[in-house]
Amino acid sequence: MIELTTEPIDYNQLTESVRDHAAGAVTLFLGTVREFTRGVQTSWLEYEAYPDMARASMAELEAEACQKFTVTKIAISHRTGMMALGEISVAIAVSSPHRDQAFEAGRWLIDTLKERVPIWKKEHFADGREEWQHPGMTPQTNTTGAKL
Amino acid sequence: MNLNVLFFAAARDAVGADAVTVDVPEGSSIGELQQLMIQRTPQLERWSQALLWAVNNRYAGCDQVLHASDVIACFPPVSGG
Repeated sequence: MIELTTEPIDYNQLTESVRDHAAGAVTLFLGTVREFTRGVQTSWLEYEAYPDMARASMAELEAEACQKFTVTKIAISHRTGMMALGEISVAIAVSSPHRDQAFEAGRWLIDTLKERVPIWKKEHFADGREEWQHPGMTPQTNTTGAKL
Repeated sequence: MNLNVLFFAAARDAVGADAVTVDVPEGSSIGELQQLMIQRTPQLERWSQALLWAVNNRYAGCDQVLHASDVIACFPPVSGG
């Protein structure tokens, strides 16, 4: 099950959706909005997606994980829009006959989602700056074009 | 041929629009389109080494040849999760 939503993620419902009599294990991963990153205070986050490709890309991840791991069911939900501290930006639930595969598949799914799925995070810092996060790129300017 | 190119996140901020229509010769590739976009929008230059391209919802390399019906998107490295 794949979902891209602007609403708060119902992780209870997401977890229930992967429960199955064939499974002996269920794992749930939640990504949440962190207040401090390397000592810099965040006020809130904004996530933007390329919706069509993000859904297609998450569906590919689900299919690939089913090939790579012995899993019963997978559910992935990513939220976009503005999120306050502590809110859930992503949730991944996996069920499998035995626990090792549920843990491994969940880990692989979040790691690969962060590498591949076209979604971007913008930090809104407590000092008023805002900055798109782009792994591997050195931040040079903020979005107003001023030097940091 | 006219191509419609979608932009996201910092690439959209650099271009100043969600989408742009560009006229390119038939048989143009992603690499050629990127060069043209950077000429038109110098603010994209600083992203040039990192820009990602997608055609019809799949990542595309520089050599991929474009067609008028393609859905093309351009964006910086992803940071979801």
